[in-house]
Amino acid sequence: MAIISRGFSGRRGTADAKLPPGQYLTTDFPVLSAGPTPRISPDQWEFVITDGRSSLKRWNWKSFRELPSEPITVDLHCVTRWSKLSTSWEGVPLDVLLADLKTDSAYAMFHSYGDYTTNLPLKDVLNRQAWIAFKYDGADLSPEHGGPARHLVPHLYLWKSAKWVRGMTLMSQDKPGFWEGLGYHIYGDPWREQRYSDE
Amino acid sequence: MAGTTVLGRVKWQTAEVVDLHDETETARTLTLAVDDWPGHVSGQHVDVRLTASGGYTAVRSYSIASAPNLDGRIDITVERLATGEVSPYLTQEVVVGDEFELRGPIGGWFVWRSDQTEPIQLVAGGSGIVPLMSMIRSRELANSSVPFRLLYSVREPGAMIYQKELETLSIKRPPVLVDYAFTRAVPKGWPQPLGRVNRDLIARVTWPATLNATCYVCGPTSFVETVADMLIAAGHQPDRIKTERFGAAGGTK
Repeated sequence: MAIISRGFSGRRGTADAKLPPGQYLTTDFPVLSAGPTPRISPDQWEFVITDGRSSLKRWNWKSFRELPSEPITVDLHCVTRWSKLSTSWEGVPLDVLLADLKTDSAYAMFHSYGDYTTNLPLKDVLNRQAWIAFKYDGADLSPEHGGPARHLVPHLYLWKSAKWVRGMTLMSQDKPGFWEGLGYHIYGDPWREQRYSDE
Repeated sequence: MAGTTVLGRVKWQTAEVVDLHDETETARTLTLAVDDWPGHVSGQHVDVRLTASGGYTAVRSYSIASAPNLDGRIDITVERLATGEVSPYLTQEVVVGDEFELRGPIGGWFVWRSDQTEPIQLVAGGSGIVPLMSMIRSRELANSSVPFRLLYSVREPGAMIYQKELETLSIKRPPVLVDYAFTRAVPKGWPQPLGRVNRDLIARVTWPATLNATCYVCGPTSFVETVADMLIAAGHQPDRIKTERFGAAGGTK
């Protein structure tokens, strides 16, 4: 059902093979979140992996920053339709955090300071697909963009990359997080344009 | 009330422009007739899709300005962005009778339902007033007497959207208390100085934290960041502050 909009030509030529469907390019870095920005100082910060009953792994800022990290250059795609290409980060791959953990769980719920949650299949955060990032463009990550540390899962819509991340809960079954429970897609693949729950 | 499901239906459908009027030099309200409109909750938005003759499409999100109703009609108020792709078309080209595609309503977090009973503090920056106006209209339509208070930051008198309606509602009983912050020019004879929203203004013209109001803050990113921080500093609980930040241009303002 395409209705031609009389007199609309649009800004053709901005279509880019590197952009998922329905996205447009931006060069600034918009901020989106559901509430105020939590201000978490590194000495309060910790990251905890649990199985929902007991904590399996725990890092404070010092022990987290002693983990091997790497530079990351990735494209970001927000469900609100902006995409930003070739952004530079530094972070610890989830592979490192999960290295010596044995689990049958296939899913994880990521938790943030400020009570945000978002769910992900565990296979989507392994194999250098996801990081806990603490630097953006060479500088410490600002609170607006999720500092001191945020999750970064760039192959999915950006709401899956929890800002102010504080931990993850391993789950045997998938469960919706904050936006997923409000009608956004359970998985959120930008290349298949999985914005809302019935897409 | 209709629209209690969060995202009942997000299939694309046809919207016909049945009325339009300018709110300011750069903002226009379009009334759209949507055959299969499932109803909405104040604060929700719609996606609009325009298609050029060659098949090129562009999609943008716009907040709904009207109160929930069962007429299959919604108002959206669109602010024209100088470098925009869709907003110049919607504010300058479109005439009554035109059709385009629309889906929604979308969004289940930044909403006010007329069965909420706690005091409400609204803070708008520029066209961030639009979803908040839907909440104000919803309160009016529901004959709710819930205490509503609005702090509206605008560049100059000519940029005030819904000014007359807000004035009317602010002298009704029970009123919506309305205060303005003018950032570039004040109206003639305005008793307050020019200036952005600051802690002093927050302390003087918003509900005190002791009322446990729910706060809704909508506008450009830098505005929302600043105001949300000031509300927390004034004692409001972070989980009672709901924010909606405006898209890509927000961070550069």
